[in-house]
Amino acid sequence: MMKTNNLILQTATKILLFVIVLFSIYMFFAGHYEPGGGFIGGLMTSGAIVLLLIAYDIKTVSKALPFDYKKVVGVGLLFATGTAAGGLLFGKPLLTHWFTYVDLPLLGKTSLHTAVLFDIGVYLVVIGTTMTIIQTIGESE
Amino acid sequence: MNSLIVLPLLIPLFTGTILIFFAKNTLTQRWISAAGSILMIIVSLWLAATVYNEGIQTMNLGNWEAPFGITLVSDMLSALLVVTTSLIGFVCLLYSFRYIEKEREEHFYYPVFFFLLLGINGAFTTGDIFNLFVFFEVMLMSSYVLLVLGGTKIQLRETIKYLLVNVIASALFVIAVGYLYSVVGSLNMAHISVRLAEMGQSGIITVIAVLFLIVFGAKGALFPLYFWLPGSYYAPPAPVLAMFGALLTKVGIYSIARTYTLLFNQDVGFTHGLLEVLAILTIIVGVIGAIAFSDIKKIIIYNIIVAVGVILFGVATFTQESLAGSIFYIIHDMNIKAALFLLIGIVIKITGTSDMTKMGGLIHRFPALAWTFFIAAAALAGIPPLSGFPGKVLIISSGFANGNYWGAAVVLLSSLFVLFSAMKIFMNVFWGKPETYANQEKVPVKWLLASPAILTVFAVLFGFGTEALYPVIMNAAETLSNPEIYINAVLKE
Amino acid sequence: MEIVMSLLIGILFMSATYLMLSKSLLRVIVGTGLLSHGAHLLILTMGGLKTGAAPLLGQNAESYTDPLPQALILTAIVISFGITALFLVVAYRSYQELGTDNLELMRGKEGNE
Repeated sequence: MMKTNNLILQTATKILLFVIVLFSIYMFFAGHYEPGGGFIGGLMTSGAIVLLLIAYDIKTVSKALPFDYKKVVGVGLLFATGTAAGGLLFGKPLLTHWFTYVDLPLLGKTSLHTAVLFDIGVYLVVIGTTMTIIQTIGESE
Repeated sequence: MNSLIVLPLLIPLFTGTILIFFAKNTLTQRWISAAGSILMIIVSLWLAATVYNEGIQTMNLGNWEAPFGITLVSDMLSALLVVTTSLIGFVCLLYSFRYIEKEREEHFYYPVFFFLLLGINGAFTTGDIFNLFVFFEVMLMSSYVLLVLGGTKIQLRETIKYLLVNVIASALFVIAVGYLYSVVGSLNMAHISVRLAEMGQSGIITVIAVLFLIVFGAKGALFPLYFWLPGSYYAPPAPVLAMFGALLTKVGIYSIARTYTLLFNQDVGFTHGLLEVLAILTIIVGVIGAIAFSDIKKIIIYNIIVAVGVILFGVATFTQESLAGSIFYIIHDMNIKAALFLLIGIVIKITGTSDMTKMGGLIHRFPALAWTFFIAAAALAGIPPLSGFPGKVLIISSGFANGNYWGAAVVLLSSLFVLFSAMKIFMNVFWGKPETYANQEKVPVKWLLASPAILTVFAVLFGFGTEALYPVIMNAAETLSNPEIYINAVLKE
Repeated sequence: MEIVMSLLIGILFMSATYLMLSKSLLRVIVGTGLLSHGAHLLILTMGGLKTGAAPLLGQNAESYTDPLPQALILTAIVISFGITALFLVVAYRSYQELGTDNLELMRGKEGNE
């Protein structure tokens, strides 16, 4: 295959990547009271990684991000099931959540919610699954 | 509120998740999975004992009150099925340790196995119709992976068909739930039952009932929708086949039994009449298949279809006695189908073929294997002291008592043909001139035989212990035939 | 509005059925995607289309949209996302392994390798 010149794409990716990842993290945190959440955030992050894959090749990317995405799924599942089952220890049903308000410096009154932990699980599972699928198809070429 | 009810779901989920991290370490995977599965058996037995002593257990997920949130409900039927699932899961796991190639073990066989158990137990336990769909999908997703794992040509080909059938059935499931929601405005099955009783009979509800029958019939291999089963179940290796044959279709049957006793009990003349006709046709088709083929895998696979028909005939008759018969039979059938598939798995491993005309004389070298198969085959046909008998007696006698003479006669006759098909295997494979096979020394027969032997012993005990089990089964049947018990337990009125 | 939605759902189902009856595996997968879209829209329509209110059930809310169909759709979308992805991977693998994406050629008799 002829080697194509990806200079524009690669340069743009270097900047865009951070914008996309930052926005996905914003989406993730916004998810509790506004549209957003772990699923969308995770998809957007994996979208950023896919952009990297398009701009560079699979070897470079796996050197830069040396994750085994199947294990990312595992960690995510542990987060999600752990939070879900946490309520059982306090005699509450599965998936019962708990929240409180704290005054943080700079941010002011902030709510802390165990649902965020659950959402981190969802976020990781989505990234893991999407990237595993894309890698499986991409690697065999 | 008792957290026991959720443990048969949490344990496989946790075990499966932890197993993901040990993908390359086969030995650790085996230990963890064995431990997880033994824990499941203990917990599910404990749950069944609790349900028997204290009545139906419920849990409102996320602390949302009953009709609004998702409720997990464990009545006697679901507790019994969870116990059977855990047991079969454990036994198939033991068998897999020596049967499944290292390749598969390293490619997430065990985690997916546990997610399959999670889906099955979840489908048995949930009390919410949409949550039932979700657990169905968990179960199906795992079954797709187990089916395709290994990636041989026949597996890929059959997985595509299986996937397509189930994707369409799932879309119909979503549609059926949508219709039901628009009519009753609730997803909690107990609440739907109350609403439907208030509304009385109307045409749309019958339509929805038939739509649900199509959905569950496609997953449970009911007559016009069984066509995918013989091809798809042919592809995977024996332990996976045992799990599928013993458990997956039974989830479809359980869902029919649950919805047709709890929700759609208004227009019994039409809906249950339809179910009855389909059940009888299912039996006939299954019997024809079981007799026609000379491939041992195919014969047992068609026997699954026969059993589906027999169980649903009991559900369609819809008396407490016939429901008790169906419950007896569903537990017996889960147990014995797993045993038979594991046994023919050994035979196939030894002979390297599944065509019984090419085999013969295995009884000389493997007498224990042969006699275990003989007992399992007798139990399958329902020979009196064994486990198939009490269920069939109850189903047939209540069939006659309710005037379904033709149906009951077909069930009765089907036992004869089932016995014939099973004995055909026994005579062709185990009797006759002994032949030597290339693999016969390499197969760890003793280890592999342990799993089906355990199940066969259970089949014998189940048959002889009918008297002791009778109150438990009647308890389950009573809940099925009186929806009020279920409704009161869930909605706590 | 419900009528328009019903027509749209009908068109989706129609196209899905057409695509799923074709021989090419990729078209079949696109067909299953359309089928699940149709089913999701159906839930939304069946739950009742209301506009102008938030889907939140507050203590003193005067009007609200039923949040349940939306939750159901979200769940169903995620599930069908997963299944479509898996289906695509299986289709890709079988294209490599079997050398065809023509379903007619994948028919196969039982037992043959």
